[in-house]
Amino acid sequence: MTTQLPPGMHLETVDDKIMTLNVGPQHPGSGHMRLIIKVDGDYIVSCDPDPGYVHRGEEKMAEYRNYIQNIPHLERPVIHDSSNILYPYCLGVEELLGIEVPERAKYIRVIAAELNRCIYILYWLAIYGIFLGHSTMFMWPAGDRELFIDLLEAMSGARVTHAYLVPGGVRNDLPSNFEERCLRQVEYFEKRLKEYEAIFYQNPLLKARTEGSGILSRTDAIRLGTTGSVLRASGVDFDVRKKEPYDVYENLDFQTIVMKEGDSYARSRVPYLEMFESCRIIRDALKKMPKSGSVRTKLKPNPKGGNDEVYRRVESGRGAIGYYIVSNNRPEPYRVKISVGSFRNLICMPYLLKGEKLGNMPAVYWGLNYWPVEADR
Amino acid sequence: MIKELLNQDTAPHATNVLVGKLGDILIRAVGKPFDMAINWGRIYSLWPVHLETACCSVEFGAASSPRYDVERFGIIEAFGSLRQCDLIVVMGTITRKMAPRLRMVYDQMPDPKYVIAMGACAITGGLYFDSYNVLPGIDGILPVDVYVPGCPPRPETLIQGAMLLQEKIKRTKAK
Amino acid sequence: MSSGTEKDIEVKDTTEEHSDNSENTAKSDSMSKGEAKKFYEEKGLDLSPDVPVKPKPVPIFEKSLADKISSKFGDKIRVDYVRADRIRVTTKREDIVDVAKFIRDELKYDHAESVSGVDYPDSSEIEVIYHLGSYTDEKLGRQIFALATRVPREDIPNPGSDTTRTPSLRDVFYSVEFHERECFEMFGVYFEGHPDMRRLLLPEDWADIPPFRKDFKIKGR
Repeated sequence: MTTQLPPGMHLETVDDKIMTLNVGPQHPGSGHMRLIIKVDGDYIVSCDPDPGYVHRGEEKMAEYRNYIQNIPHLERPVIHDSSNILYPYCLGVEELLGIEVPERAKYIRVIAAELNRCIYILYWLAIYGIFLGHSTMFMWPAGDRELFIDLLEAMSGARVTHAYLVPGGVRNDLPSNFEERCLRQVEYFEKRLKEYEAIFYQNPLLKARTEGSGILSRTDAIRLGTTGSVLRASGVDFDVRKKEPYDVYENLDFQTIVMKEGDSYARSRVPYLEMFESCRIIRDALKKMPKSGSVRTKLKPNPKGGNDEVYRRVESGRGAIGYYIVSNNRPEPYRVKISVGSFRNLICMPYLLKGEKLGNMPAVYWGLNYWPVEADR
Repeated sequence: MIKELLNQDTAPHATNVLVGKLGDILIRAVGKPFDMAINWGRIYSLWPVHLETACCSVEFGAASSPRYDVERFGIIEAFGSLRQCDLIVVMGTITRKMAPRLRMVYDQMPDPKYVIAMGACAITGGLYFDSYNVLPGIDGILPVDVYVPGCPPRPETLIQGAMLLQEKIKRTKAK
Repeated sequence: MSSGTEKDIEVKDTTEEHSDNSENTAKSDSMSKGEAKKFYEEKGLDLSPDVPVKPKPVPIFEKSLADKISSKFGDKIRVDYVRADRIRVTTKREDIVDVAKFIRDELKYDHAESVSGVDYPDSSEIEVIYHLGSYTDEKLGRQIFALATRVPREDIPNPGSDTTRTPSLRDVFYSVEFHERECFEMFGVYFEGHPDMRRLLLPEDWADIPPFRKDFKIKGR
């Protein structure tokens, strides 16, 4: 029987032992991508990731919009981490246009970025819970996430797509009783995080499924060029916030979370522990922030960059995000390249899934902190 | 009318017409409450397909979180096989790579099936109106029942869209 | 806002004139200079020129790295700039593997952060830039090394079988694998020696020219 299939889809013939599975794009354990997995019985023989289902041509579109118009669509790849993906763009454009950012704005940016990091990690944790069949771990983080969203909504006016960071500072000042609200929220949240530890991370079922699965050694983590929590779970002490501090991160008190094991359990635990550090950063930044002052350097309408290029990076929830911006004396950038953590960690997927049980695929896959929309851009 | 029909000599034809007419009357008399019963069963157990297509899936996830809890309106969380589903929520941008897959998923769902276009991208292409890889709205490939605007729509908007769909199902004929 | 002294505004006006004359006559304003100045002052906008020229000191550590590589390769490479934390070097595509091996073995950069292409239709070239970083060396944590090369560009591209090709760095930096695949489909640059030069992000039935080239126009632009 010959079936007319759309181009690119194929029915693969089966030999006696090896079977090919298309995991995704419609699959509860895949997200917006396809993994072409070959299995021998219950064990994965090979995995070929097929991303690109959300490739929207952000980088091409950026060449047709000026530096300010680029803000809203460049945050769309990760709408639940939108401050962090805009951060390097703002830093890069500031360097290109030679703009100084007011001191208060730098602190507000850091607070927004850390709140957003918590929002991202909580969403990630919620999905991780449901992937492993732990429904409570979906409900708790998803509920606590709303409280952070409320804070950012009060700051920027939008629920998830804030467009709060702009070249030259932030869009508007903090609301009146923000400091108090934020501190109360952080305090509550730290208490909640300890409950997560008890219900999720000490759960014997979770440990049985994730400990020792998908091990990435330190050498391989470096060789494959991984980034973010995947890298730090494999014992490499690298965080852009520490190594190349941007804005005011060098004044703030926090530490990098590093774990040695390199398995799925460590990869799921590093982002969780980073939320504690985020809380510390927020508290410290609120204390050290100048209480008044300008929050935005106004730009000229339609500013032009020089004949120059710039590469700036920040640490997001998924790893380093780098923006490479080339300008050629025009109001629009000549080329914008976004190097994102998800895309860089994609290379681990065939490597880690080989020899793994098929049932463990979601644990390994989502432990990579992979957000397909960002990877495809 | 019945007497007229019976009196005519063209018997087989007339009997057919008679049966047809009687059937119509029967459906009109019994069908309406019957429809209502079937639709009532449908509207409070809508099963969406788990097909994430773009970033609006974050807000779809938030809609099933404790604060919004879309389940109390009869939209069940997106889990399970698409063979058991009767609702497809198109969460955002449809790229040219995803479009044939989306249609394939829709074709595999059993009837009756309903479509909600969530977000500006699914309605018109939205922010990506001039991108080379994005469809300008999904109504070219799927029959859309409810449009939920926003970029991304707030969970409340999505819930309202779902309730509009329920209203729509209530008024349609059961197939 | 620093609307500035009279002197600042004078300086700014002359720079504006220069840039206007040189590239964009359509923008020659309907407002007179005085009106424009008033307009800017009312809006509270900064009157500084777009890119203030600030001479920055050449950093010592970065300079030593750049000296190391230029003393080894001489005129095979060109050091484009040395800035704080950023070095950029351009080389010919024949030498890129040797230069990359030197960067890995002697300068201790160990992974690639991104591989970008930039299309220059005027000079009929495509630039491929590797942004390299280091995890192992403590001192290099801040550094990004940009290694660039230029490949010829054809007006009617035929990806994979035309002259737009360069040696792959996959054997030197393993992490470039997916980045090079992306660069291949977006710019049509074929990387020789790459084991898996397939399409990655675009639809399977994509039949147009590579979309990130400048002659590929998006809708309505």
